[in-house]
Amino acid sequence: MTTPLPSRPTAAPARTGRGLQASRTRVALLLLVPMLLVLAAVAGYPLLRTIYLSFTEYNILTDPAPKWIGLGNYWFTTEDGVGLGVLQIPEWWQSVWNTVKFTVGSVLLETVLGLAFALIINSKIRGRGLLRTAILVPWAIPTVVSAQMWNWMYNDSFGIISDWGQRLGFLQAGQSFLSNPDTALAALIAVDVWKTTPFMALLLLAGLQTIPSDMYEAADVDGANKWTQFWRLTLPLLTPALLVALIFRTLDALRVFDMPYIVKGNAPETITMSIYARQELILNSQFGFGSAISVLIFLIIMVFTAIYVTSLRVKFD
Amino acid sequence: MNSKNPLVRTVTLILFWLVVAVVLFYVLFPFYWAIKTSLTSSARLSAEALQWFPSVPSFQNFVDVFTGAPFGRNLLNSVVVATGTVLLSLLLSVLAAYALGKFRFQGKTILMYLILAVSVFPQIAVLSGLYTMIQTFGLYNSWGGLILSYMIFTLPFTVWTLTAFVREIPTELEEAAYVDGASPLQTLFRVLLPVMTPALVTTGLLAFINAWNEFLFALTFTTDATAATVPPAIANFTGASQYESPFGLTMAASVIVTIPLIILVLVFQRNIVSGLTAGAVKG
Repeated sequence: MTTPLPSRPTAAPARTGRGLQASRTRVALLLLVPMLLVLAAVAGYPLLRTIYLSFTEYNILTDPAPKWIGLGNYWFTTEDGVGLGVLQIPEWWQSVWNTVKFTVGSVLLETVLGLAFALIINSKIRGRGLLRTAILVPWAIPTVVSAQMWNWMYNDSFGIISDWGQRLGFLQAGQSFLSNPDTALAALIAVDVWKTTPFMALLLLAGLQTIPSDMYEAADVDGANKWTQFWRLTLPLLTPALLVALIFRTLDALRVFDMPYIVKGNAPETITMSIYARQELILNSQFGFGSAISVLIFLIIMVFTAIYVTSLRVKFD
Repeated sequence: MNSKNPLVRTVTLILFWLVVAVVLFYVLFPFYWAIKTSLTSSARLSAEALQWFPSVPSFQNFVDVFTGAPFGRNLLNSVVVATGTVLLSLLLSVLAAYALGKFRFQGKTILMYLILAVSVFPQIAVLSGLYTMIQTFGLYNSWGGLILSYMIFTLPFTVWTLTAFVREIPTELEEAAYVDGASPLQTLFRVLLPVMTPALVTTGLLAFINAWNEFLFALTFTTDATAATVPPAIANFTGASQYESPFGLTMAASVIVTIPLIILVLVFQRNIVSGLTAGAVKG
């Protein structure tokens, strides 16, 4: 573009550049608006509304409108000394404790087993494609379905796993790992491990495949055995992938709802934080109190996410 | 495995294949058991529950699932809701991904953080807010209510993955279109979209699977077969009767909804593995 003003020779091109930049910014914003509107409607507004409701007393069936009670849902002691806030209620702490045990147990087992699966598939054997396909099956089965499948296998009188447990002497006749409060949570962890180990294995497999094979050749030449190679070479190089998978699974396990709910309902020995929140919200219609539980879960998840983002230094550009 | 001694080598090899066999059994057995149970008629179920093969394979459960329960309607609901969710998410996220992947503007990093934050939202945290909102708009027990609420987990995922993909498309393509005088929308739909097809298929498929499997919202925002999808329907099969074990029916329904997914997964195996891992490694 030529400029008729010789006194400011650089102004016009600069302005065009800025103009182009400005119009591109406008286009970008327009392209983003629909997505942002929908996200605001399904995430932003409902979250704010949940936070607001958590400061109110609101039974959705009987109360005409939410009544502001401040922090009462979180901490409230009556004159008789009865604690009514979520944080004072044993059932909440029970659900937290169950969720923590579930998370630690399942994530640890899934990581170890997933690593083993990944190493097997990554070794140069015939039929590894078939093996990789096979381990996708549990992942592809809907959670509800896998919950019901295991529910059936755990059935007291007709379940195959109860039968095995009874034959091996772990269980009495007519007993199941699920009906016994001491083993119920472990039984649920087993279902989650079965369902999710494949996902873990795939993530770790992707990590394994980025390790150049000449590193192993060099290690072979140096006389390192497979064991040493695993600890000195594979594991350190796999750490980033391992960390990502770990955090992913931890976040998932902390908010777990469907599988334990379908298998054990609201049973106190396996109730998780999300199941407890839904019980208060929907079954007991306590939208204020239930929202307070939801907010606590949200805070816990966000703390973990913050650790995730900072520790992995997630980059966007 | 590279020992010189042939005996040691054979033993290691046998051990290795033993491990493979154990893994295969572990992974596939529950699914086999579901199929076996679904092929046992309810009359024989209690007698044959522990047998490894059905003595008289029968498809009665598969017929009963459709005649005794509104399972056909649940399937239709699932297909409509999952498809609607995927189409809407893809449309919205293609536009957004183009902006996020190819345009430079202030606040982009914050926006990406925000989308990432939404992708880890525990569904329970928005349940009460969404519930009141869905009731206000009269979307309770409807396809629309479910499709809208599913956006909370599909949209961040599709935006994220497609943005990563758009970023990889050579800028020359876009510049050529710009020189030819194409508008941004023309550039997106005529030039970039054809290149993006594989990414759209992968992302759409994963979003579809997520929407197909969703349970909490479907359970909470629907009351009856008008809009209830397959997951709440299957979850509720159990409570039917205390004395009659509905597991034959439940397993039949389970097999019906799982087989299409397994076929999809087998066909798109490679895309799924790369899609899962790409999304995971990039955040």
